[in-house]
Amino acid sequence: MRRVALILAPWLGIVAVWYAVHYTAIVNPALVPTPHAVAAQLLTLAGQRLPLDIWMSTQRVFLGVFFGIVLAVPVGFVLGWYRNLRGFIDPLINFFRALPPIALIPLVIVYFGIDELSKVVILFYASFFAGVIVMYEGIAQISPIYLRVARTLGASDAEIFVKVIVPLTVPHTLTALRVALGVAWATLVASELIAAQQGLGSLIQNAASFFQLDIIYVGIICIGFIALAMDIALRKLTRRLIAWQERIA
Amino acid sequence: MIPVPDRTARPTRISFDHVSVEFATANGPLKVVDDVSYDVRDGEFVSIIGPSGCGKTTMMNIVAGFVQPSGGTVLLDGKPIAGPGPDRGVIFQEYGVFPWLTVKENIAFGLKLRANHVAATEREEICARYMRLMGLADFADAWPRTLSGGMRQRLAIARAYAVRPAFLLMDEPFGALDAQTRSAMQDLLLEVLQTEGKTVMLITHSVEEAVYLTSRIIVMTARPTRIREIIDVPFGYPRDERLHESPEFGALRSHIRELVMREYAVQARQFIPSST
Ligand SMILES: Nc1ncnc2c1ncn2[C@@H]1O[C@H](COP(=O)(O)OP(=O)(O)O)[C@@H](O)[C@H]1O
Ligand SMILES: [Mg+2]
Repeated sequence: MRRVALILAPWLGIVAVWYAVHYTAIVNPALVPTPHAVAAQLLTLAGQRLPLDIWMSTQRVFLGVFFGIVLAVPVGFVLGWYRNLRGFIDPLINFFRALPPIALIPLVIVYFGIDELSKVVILFYASFFAGVIVMYEGIAQISPIYLRVARTLGASDAEIFVKVIVPLTVPHTLTALRVALGVAWATLVASELIAAQQGLGSLIQNAASFFQLDIIYVGIICIGFIALAMDIALRKLTRRLIAWQERIA
Repeated sequence: MIPVPDRTARPTRISFDHVSVEFATANGPLKVVDDVSYDVRDGEFVSIIGPSGCGKTTMMNIVAGFVQPSGGTVLLDGKPIAGPGPDRGVIFQEYGVFPWLTVKENIAFGLKLRANHVAATEREEICARYMRLMGLADFADAWPRTLSGGMRQRLAIARAYAVRPAFLLMDEPFGALDAQTRSAMQDLLLEVLQTEGKTVMLITHSVEEAVYLTSRIIVMTARPTRIREIIDVPFGYPRDERLHESPEFGALRSHIRELVMREYAVQARQFIPSST
């Protein structure tokens, strides 16, 4: 009971400040829809396009993150493991990571068209570079002592990989996944700048053209809450999978 | 005093023959071990003592199979060492307990490897036995992060013992423990060795520990390390705490302490930056 109250308190605080901003007219009230107006809009949209928007966006994020992580795990692993490689590859990765996805959109359209693929490519790009860095920083920190111990106990290379390296890689993979999911949701609106008919990003952009502020708020709130829900779910999973760790990263 | 058996009656298990080790470093080659020769006989408990950084761990790593000598030969039962293997149990300075496995799984780790092919029922027995012996029976399913330093140490020993190595190589195993725990661990080690004969190399920088535990003490010089003196400890086994109080023990301790202190002094002089 106390816990629920504590968790709810900051959210209620935000709503209170929101009302205050509207009614004290610090900002022109016409530019700040009230929370209840936004809630009403959310309910209306929930009976219309919102479910499909959420479905499409979630699907794009999932696909982008999935392929991003599937590639980031082995690449990050190799970079973290073979430290000599890092010196060459590191600048490359930081070069590409620094490029904002929005800046890549024209090129992505040229090479991948304007369909689903191009949106997933943008999310893949963002997930991969976020994930690969977490992955290789983590792998590079693995202490060689465990490999030595395993060898003295008689482990073969294959046994060392399966019984030592894989378990030590799991926590970093999960952290990479969490970071990539966060980055992918943050990149969603940009990816849906590419001629999207459905999706939370397209919902926001359409609303922007018609100056429907309440719908923009609905879109933003949905993105925030879905990303939050996924993060909580992933954190639960992490806690189950790596109960042996002191802290959950 | 318990009589000491004649060591030369036993076969040689480990032999160092004019061994030297040089590491390539950023500042050129670093000579760490310089022309070291000694042998370890079957069932002997040998300690290697010397100032920190002199090359003790390097010598142990040669026997463990992680380092190749740059000169001379090291033979294990008359054969060159090809690499690490389960015949040589190693207790590392930093324990290396696997944090992702429970206490029992840590002990079972080696037993599940193909190289040691131990049947499941036997594995259970061995795990249970060493958990009991090392006082870990109540912690079978605990994660290592919940264990104290002394318990982690016992776990590392239990894990090494479980695969029945003929040799035990211990690198300052009790260095990180508080005095009471260390003393308890030393007695436990003596007790366990009493029931299972092994050939043991113990690296330590504690003179007290070397005299109390081992049958032969190899005193090393500062880096590049050479043998300063090899001392046969004139006490048989089993030993107990009372040994610490005996006059012979005290005399031997002072003698070795003096040797070691002299090497520390040499080392301290080495570290004064040479003016250019
Ligand atoms: N792989 C290595 N490469 C370069 N130098 C090393 C290596 N291993 C050890 N050394 C150096 O050799 C010296 C002896 O190390 P070590 O055998 O660990 O000493 P001890 O165990 O006696 O404290 C140290 O100066 C250490 O820095
Ligand atoms: Mg050392």
